[in-house]
Amino acid sequence: MLEIRNLKAEVEGKQILRGIDLKVEPGEIHAIMGPNGSGKSTLAQVLAGRESYVVTAGEVTFEGKDLLGMAPEERAREGIFMAFQYPVEIPGVGNTYFLKAALNSIRKHRGLPELDAMDFLKLVKEKMKLVEMDESLITRPVNEGFSGGEKKRNEIFQMAVLDPKLAILDETDSGLDIDALRIVANGVNTLHADHRAVIVITHYQRLLNYIVPDYVHVLSNGRIARSGGKELALELEEKGYGWIDEEVA
Amino acid sequence: MIEVTDERDLHLADFEQFEKTQEGKSPAWAHAIRRSAIERFSKLGFPTSHDEEWRFTSVAALAKVPFEPLGAQQSQVATSTLDLFRIRNCAVHLMVFVNGRFSRAFSSIQNLPTGVQLLSLATALQSDSQVLASHLARYASYEDHAFVALNTAFIEDGAFINIPRDVVVELPIHLLFLSTNLAKPLVSHPRNLIVAGPNSQASIVETYAGSGEEIYFTNAVTEVVLNDNAFIDHYRLQRESLRAFHFSTLQVQQGRSSSFSTHSIALGGSLTRNDVNTTLNGEGSEAILDGLYVISGQQHVDNHTRIDHAKPHCSSRELYKGVLDERSRGVFNGRIIVRPDAQKTDSKQTNKNLLLSEEALANTNPQLEIYADDVKCTHGATIGQLSADALFYLRARGIGLETARNLLTYAFANEITNRIKIEPLRKDLEKLLFSRLPADEKARL
Repeated sequence: MLEIRNLKAEVEGKQILRGIDLKVEPGEIHAIMGPNGSGKSTLAQVLAGRESYVVTAGEVTFEGKDLLGMAPEERAREGIFMAFQYPVEIPGVGNTYFLKAALNSIRKHRGLPELDAMDFLKLVKEKMKLVEMDESLITRPVNEGFSGGEKKRNEIFQMAVLDPKLAILDETDSGLDIDALRIVANGVNTLHADHRAVIVITHYQRLLNYIVPDYVHVLSNGRIARSGGKELALELEEKGYGWIDEEVA
Repeated sequence: MIEVTDERDLHLADFEQFEKTQEGKSPAWAHAIRRSAIERFSKLGFPTSHDEEWRFTSVAALAKVPFEPLGAQQSQVATSTLDLFRIRNCAVHLMVFVNGRFSRAFSSIQNLPTGVQLLSLATALQSDSQVLASHLARYASYEDHAFVALNTAFIEDGAFINIPRDVVVELPIHLLFLSTNLAKPLVSHPRNLIVAGPNSQASIVETYAGSGEEIYFTNAVTEVVLNDNAFIDHYRLQRESLRAFHFSTLQVQQGRSSSFSTHSIALGGSLTRNDVNTTLNGEGSEAILDGLYVISGQQHVDNHTRIDHAKPHCSSRELYKGVLDERSRGVFNGRIIVRPDAQKTDSKQTNKNLLLSEEALANTNPQLEIYADDVKCTHGATIGQLSADALFYLRARGIGLETARNLLTYAFANEITNRIKIEPLRKDLEKLLFSRLPADEKARL
């Protein structure tokens, strides 16, 4: 589904990714861990198409198509969803309005009819339950005045509505209390399906108690230093990142 | 340097002609005011860029056009043109002015509460009411402002609204000034006077509009007097033709515990200058000044506001927002004066500009003059582009670049339109703003 080969990228002239190779198949859950500055979030941003991140080498294909040549919106329409580490507040744009515009542009791309207001509302209500989101939040502007936990839940809620093929969670667990963490994890687990892959980017092993990965990759200095099964995460929890790199988290 | 014929001469000559036509139509005091105003204008002349108040706005293009005043003939207007500028699905007291003159045929005034006067100024002048005599031209000073002087010299028509004590006018009053079907460039000087008695309440909408590409000059002055505890919600929509010149002054005088809000929306015109001035002249009064300018091409909009806190415990809230595309230019100059007596003043001023192109330009200039020591005054101004983070967020959800840009622009403007309390008017305006966005947006949402 997703194939990353020798991906190198820089931000403001600084080399961050130094040759990433990764293959993700439908139904799989991959965890990408690593200390601060190892390139975890850069990888997520590059996959989502953030323009300030410049790819200097390598290639990425998504379902056989060249991903790096696509605009961010095209990637989303092809089925990639990134849950933001820092969701953006957009005053003046209503949550419903925004999400309907997003969903319909994706549906249009997939050759599906656009949802009318009634069907959309039904879908929204159903998915809100999944992340135990307060219904009043949907009428508010996007993320405006939301607490940290509400913003993260809103990301998972959007993911549930937009129904992506590949979900990338960029440190969705950071800053969450244990209840919010459970809700977010539960949302992801409910959506997990044979046709959908998930990449969980996290600094801590904690989230992986709730979302069990098939593979764990440890990023260090812009490269995947180690890959293994879920037991690798536990090993990291015990020993820290120091044994992989001198740099300790 | 070649000395050009003095541009003010044209207006001076017109004045003599005009004054003759007003014989027997207005009382002696009105003639005296006009004459005093034209004398002032003749001394002031048109402002230049050396004038601090006109530093960013050149009136050279305006001064050059040989505008003509309207002759005796009554102008015609197509109903379809009129419908473009009426408030849809909204019962109002409508007064229509075509090319500066009140048109009875197109106006429709519903049943008014007892004692409310809603007259054309021309009619009011002929009947010479006491209220008119004691208020007209008493607030909008023509001492230093050439265009107020010019307007005052040519006082002829407009609206006179007099709301007695304790009366609430439920339906909005809509004053619609249309410039249309012009053979030659026309100058009109609409003059409005609104007097709100103690404890009275009303909503008033002024629309200035023109169709097509016609060249004309609207030079309007509105004076609003709020007696104690009066409540006026005022709107000003500028939808002039894209080649028109639009200058206006809104002068407000507020009594004790009165509340005045105005929402000034500028969309049309090639050169626009709006002055909004209020004097909080009674304890506990409140002023809300909102403004929105959405312009493109080579449009120029200059908003000058002046809030004069003269008495204690008054509050003012000011929010002006500009969306500037292509080579347009927006000027905001917000002056707040807090007099020595005006303790416990609470004042907040904000001006935000969104530049959609590299060539667009915004000037913003807050001026705070505070002579009291126990006050709360804040001001802030921003000039920026669409947030790259917000754009990326929308695109990362599948929304196309153009749509994302439109959505954010619309949202920026919506902060002002959301404050419009007359719902049909708000909807009209939202539609209008929306229709300026590229088609792709409309198809999807």
